[in-house]
Amino acid sequence: MNAPLSVRIEGLSFWSSRLPGWQVAHAVIRGESAAPEAVAPRPSPTLLAPTERRRAPDTVAIALEVASRACEAAQRAPAELASIFASTHGDLAISDYMCATLVDTPTLISPVKFHNSVHNAAAGYWSIGTGSYASYTALSAFQNTFAVGLLEAVTQVVCDAKPVLYVAFDIEAKGPLATVAPSKGLFGVGMVLAPDVGCAPRMTARIIDAIPTRAQSRAQSPAAALIADNALAPCLPFFEAVALERSGVILRLGEHSSLDIAFG
Amino acid sequence: MPIRPLRISAYTLSTAAGDGRAQTLQALRARRSGLRPNDFGLTPIPTWIGRVAGLEDEPLPLQFSEWECRNNRLAWRGLITDQFRDAVLAARERYGAGRVAVVMGTSTSSIGASEEAYTRLDSDGRYPADLRRPIIHTPHSIGDFVQHALGLTGISVTVATACSSSAKVFAQAERFLRCGLADAAVVGGVDTLCGSVLFGFNSLELVSSEPCRPFDVARRGINLGEAAGFALLEREAESGCWLTGYGESSDAHHMSTPHPQGLGARAALTAALERAGWSPADVDYINLHGTASLKNDEVEAGVVSDLFPAATAASSTKGWTGHTLGAAGIVEAAICLLALEHGVMPGTLNLTTPDAACGPQVRSDNTAGECHRALSFSFGFGGSNCVLAFARPDAV
Repeated sequence: MNAPLSVRIEGLSFWSSRLPGWQVAHAVIRGESAAPEAVAPRPSPTLLAPTERRRAPDTVAIALEVASRACEAAQRAPAELASIFASTHGDLAISDYMCATLVDTPTLISPVKFHNSVHNAAAGYWSIGTGSYASYTALSAFQNTFAVGLLEAVTQVVCDAKPVLYVAFDIEAKGPLATVAPSKGLFGVGMVLAPDVGCAPRMTARIIDAIPTRAQSRAQSPAAALIADNALAPCLPFFEAVALERSGVILRLGEHSSLDIAFG
Repeated sequence: MPIRPLRISAYTLSTAAGDGRAQTLQALRARRSGLRPNDFGLTPIPTWIGRVAGLEDEPLPLQFSEWECRNNRLAWRGLITDQFRDAVLAARERYGAGRVAVVMGTSTSSIGASEEAYTRLDSDGRYPADLRRPIIHTPHSIGDFVQHALGLTGISVTVATACSSSAKVFAQAERFLRCGLADAAVVGGVDTLCGSVLFGFNSLELVSSEPCRPFDVARRGINLGEAAGFALLEREAESGCWLTGYGESSDAHHMSTPHPQGLGARAALTAALERAGWSPADVDYINLHGTASLKNDEVEAGVVSDLFPAATAASSTKGWTGHTLGAAGIVEAAICLLALEHGVMPGTLNLTTPDAACGPQVRSDNTAGECHRALSFSFGFGGSNCVLAFARPDAV
């Protein structure tokens, strides 16, 4: 157990195919409105040049959407923020393309698809699109990805005494890879975290020993079923806790440890 | 703002140039390259590679069979080299299994296993039974394996920012220790040769058909390599060199080409020097990224020649190991530590006529002499930059 690390949450964002936006998700989590029936079209990464928008991989489209909305909610200029991008599986569609193309026509691999296959592609496009020289990182921790990325975001705020952008996303798996790395739809979340001063809501984080599964926070709102089959689904209890104004939430960090988050 | 230096109480590396510190030092001194003509896969493209010999015949111990794949085999090779695992187990005893974090860097992790599965799909288009193991088909394969192989239970994370990955692990681990989230951290990185990177870099026309020639005017591109490397970071230890600083930045320029003036690289360098409390003249040796691609070397040579005195020796060691991608950061950090400990600052293999952008810092020959302070540069796709600063035990 460590001394709690305190930061402020300056803005949140949320986008999934059935819950396109934090306001929509917030209302559905609170039971104040039903989810839209229609599946929302993929968000357009307007940060990119028009020619690149349509060609942008899904990972880039979803990550840039939630990154932009989080900065807007926090009223922060994107270029000033260091950023942390977390994704369980990265670009599952390009991984499927690479593996399938390598079987028969390896010399025909698309150079653009190859450089977009790196786990930090979304972070790289964000840096290019916003003109930011600030550092970014790109992480994965399998089913603990959201919590581990959140912890890195908190430590960067505490160590560097500067606000950061935290983005997490996962996309739909394609081809045979989908059987071992299942994930459906597009889902991303974002937030701007800042040093523990000012009037934005406070959040504290500390590592605790793993608690019994039954005591862990589990997604239970009407939103849960709408994102349950995306690899990033373990993040939902965090957003439920915020929307329902709970005092905190406990997220799994690993087999033996959990992240104890308190609000206020 | 300067950071409190961390001790590097143990470290190791396994590359095509050798297994462990002693073999690597010997190869550096003898200027013996580990590169060989590409013989990886069924239809090898004409290039040279840094292939680690023997992995095909070294399955993981049975208790780790869930993580079985080439990348984790190389990780295991690294863990048992130089008694690194024993050093971690001792740290586990000292601090507790939950207080030793694992921060691994990789570019492609074990995607080679997914590539193999696609060549052996069953009649329903599903993975063959022996490869239906989800953990090896996701980027965190390496972080998860290393944590289990060392019996640790604290934070485990995989950093995947292409070629800066296993440099950035030092920065993340320093933050964990400073925040009290861990008392020690195993940092490192592993990347293995696979079709994705060989044919991917080939598609970008970045691969050289001859042994790579970093900073040479006639350089023709990179040679890919594979490697594992690890370091154990602690706040206090009886011996070991120091991590004194790090700097991270982005280029905001292009996915696969560096910023023409190296703005991002300069920002990372400035941040690393600030955290270490050094000026450029304090630096005895720089291990450059030096991939032997046309653009990288030109930009990097310009940054070094602008900012450092002629007395600073700088080199690329890619001619020994190949470009080990996500493992390059830890491999070259380990080479810096060897330079600090043994006073051997490696030169650059296959460099005969330096590019016009090179200043007197970029060395072809090895330099013998006291090395007190060293930097390692790592620059990756997506414009991700990281510079690390290391000091000899008596230089802090």
